[in-house]
Amino acid sequence: MTTTYREAIRMALREALQRDPRVFLMGEDVGAYGGSYAVSKGLLREFGPDRIRDTPLSESAFVGAGIGAALAGARPIVEVMTVNFSLLALDQIVNNAATLRHMSGGQLNVPIVIRMATGAGRQLAAQHAHSLEGWYAHIPGLRIVTPATLADARGMLWTALQSPDPVLIFEHQTLYNMEGILADDAGAVDIDHAVVRRPGRDISLLTYGGTLGKTLAAAETLTARGIDAEVIDLRSLRPLDMSVLESSVRRTRRAVIVDEGWRSGSLSAEISARLHESLFYELDAPIARVCTAEVPIPYPRHLEEAALPQPPAIVAAVQQLVSAHHG
Amino acid sequence: MTDAVLPPAHFDAAVGLARYREMLRIRRFEEACAELYSAGKIRGFLHLYIGEEAVAAGTMPALGPDDAVVATYREHGQALARGVPSRALMAEMFGKREGCSRGRGGSMHVFDAARRFYGGNAIVGGGLPIAVGLALADVLAHRPRVTACFFGDGAVAEGEFHESLNLASLWKLPVLFLCENNLYAMGTRLDRAQSQIDLVTKARSYRLPSEAADGMDLLAVEAATRRGVELVRRGEGPAFIEFRTYRFRAHSMFDAELYRDKAEVELWKTRDPLAIFAARLHRWGHVTDAALADVDREVAAEMADAVRFAEAGTWEPVEDLLTEVVAPAAAPAVASLAS
Repeated sequence: MTTTYREAIRMALREALQRDPRVFLMGEDVGAYGGSYAVSKGLLREFGPDRIRDTPLSESAFVGAGIGAALAGARPIVEVMTVNFSLLALDQIVNNAATLRHMSGGQLNVPIVIRMATGAGRQLAAQHAHSLEGWYAHIPGLRIVTPATLADARGMLWTALQSPDPVLIFEHQTLYNMEGILADDAGAVDIDHAVVRRPGRDISLLTYGGTLGKTLAAAETLTARGIDAEVIDLRSLRPLDMSVLESSVRRTRRAVIVDEGWRSGSLSAEISARLHESLFYELDAPIARVCTAEVPIPYPRHLEEAALPQPPAIVAAVQQLVSAHHG
Repeated sequence: MTDAVLPPAHFDAAVGLARYREMLRIRRFEEACAELYSAGKIRGFLHLYIGEEAVAAGTMPALGPDDAVVATYREHGQALARGVPSRALMAEMFGKREGCSRGRGGSMHVFDAARRFYGGNAIVGGGLPIAVGLALADVLAHRPRVTACFFGDGAVAEGEFHESLNLASLWKLPVLFLCENNLYAMGTRLDRAQSQIDLVTKARSYRLPSEAADGMDLLAVEAATRRGVELVRRGEGPAFIEFRTYRFRAHSMFDAELYRDKAEVELWKTRDPLAIFAARLHRWGHVTDAALADVDREVAAEMADAVRFAEAGTWEPVEDLLTEVVAPAAAPAVASLAS
């Protein structure tokens, strides 16, 4: 069927609510308004106000309430409107959700799913458009996933709900309108593994979420220039599935990491370090990175575009890597 | 000072003695902790409950085994009164594997899932949203349970206090918010931190039935808690109680107490909750000096046993360091994606 990323998530929400009576959705404007990105539109009418709960603007309280409800056997899906707002709930996510299993010596666990929009590209400026998923991936005790395709938007939620530990799902806000074909029998997918989205021989392009499409576009451009790029979608940022990354880079001997997070102290830095640690002697060139410029996301379109990783920059990074290090 | 208070209807000599014993257990446990801290057996931050015993000992009897408790980093008293064995609690102080959190938490992070004791939260105010969620799950599952949430006067300055009281009241959730007002948020006196020092007024602004009770008086604590639990159990929403109490010891073992007068501490010590209650038991003819001496001996023996248990406890092997961060990798819920 032809559908959108937004509708795929809604299908996943509907399925979860139908299959498991312990599941409920709560967040700001998820009910009467239909979700700030219209993801949960119609669900209030279908499932009622007990299970589709509009919350006050109290991120810490409703995320914490999700954690408490998870402790008591419920399966809450908490929607935080955007990643920047999740900072108001950071205490609950980092100090409670991520720690309770450990601090209690394994007596407790927190099977909560927290969904939020992330990323830039819609001129929302510096308080609605950052990419902080890499930050969350720093925290032991959390699982971080980033659906970049319709199938993952449709399938990651159910699997996340089966996790005994907290899972944060980052939905890139430029993807909600993405249209495509979704298999009629699409359902749950694993949330453990990175996958090769485009096989190639010459270089590995490692990315996730909102930059997957840009990276695939760059790979097409590179084909025309005689470079056969492999594109890998990380899918899970914590834990990182290094085996897929390493086996790709071992073959291609070169890699560029494309990450909408900032470069400093970032997920891209972590992946680069790990690949250098494990594959240093097999690399033909140092690993390169294309990241967001180190600036709060600006409002004007031309500046926002200039700040973000774009296909020409990815192409340029690849070409520099290939030409500078070709025998 | 004449004290005309009569025993409540459900009190007889046995109940009275049990309450006294609970307060004494807490005090002797804390005294042992202070000694063990000086001896280097307990490390980290240690916050003692001495002076506030009536609050834990007076609230817990009003709760049932299915109810939940959320507490703070000054929670040894609540844990003991809730039934966490003194052995497991002391072993936790030592960081031993036999501790109630298997040693991973320490003094500030006491957990006991079987007794629905959910910490042990060392972020001031951080437990309140959790309590709201525990109660929400109960409502969604149609379980008639109460979640009792302890916090201090310091938490009232946190946004999480206001967000949580509002949310619990808005959704009519069965949370009993129990504020232990010991007048100081670490070293900052209430009137130096709060524009409105009447905490009941704050809670009422969120439309919670609210009252203040004398936290040095076990009977007042228990009576107020029973009223609160009854209100909350009706399913009409949360309630709030402020217990006016005082800690006789420093905030933690690192506190030089520069912020309060010794005279103030001494004045509060004249309202020692154990002394007040023991005097009543005597007046009511519920106890004899010999009976109290017996309790004293038994409690001393229990605490000595707890310390021996903790000393004999074992250290978790370093090889287990990375366990209990997330669940061990299970079989994937679905087949792996084809690449």
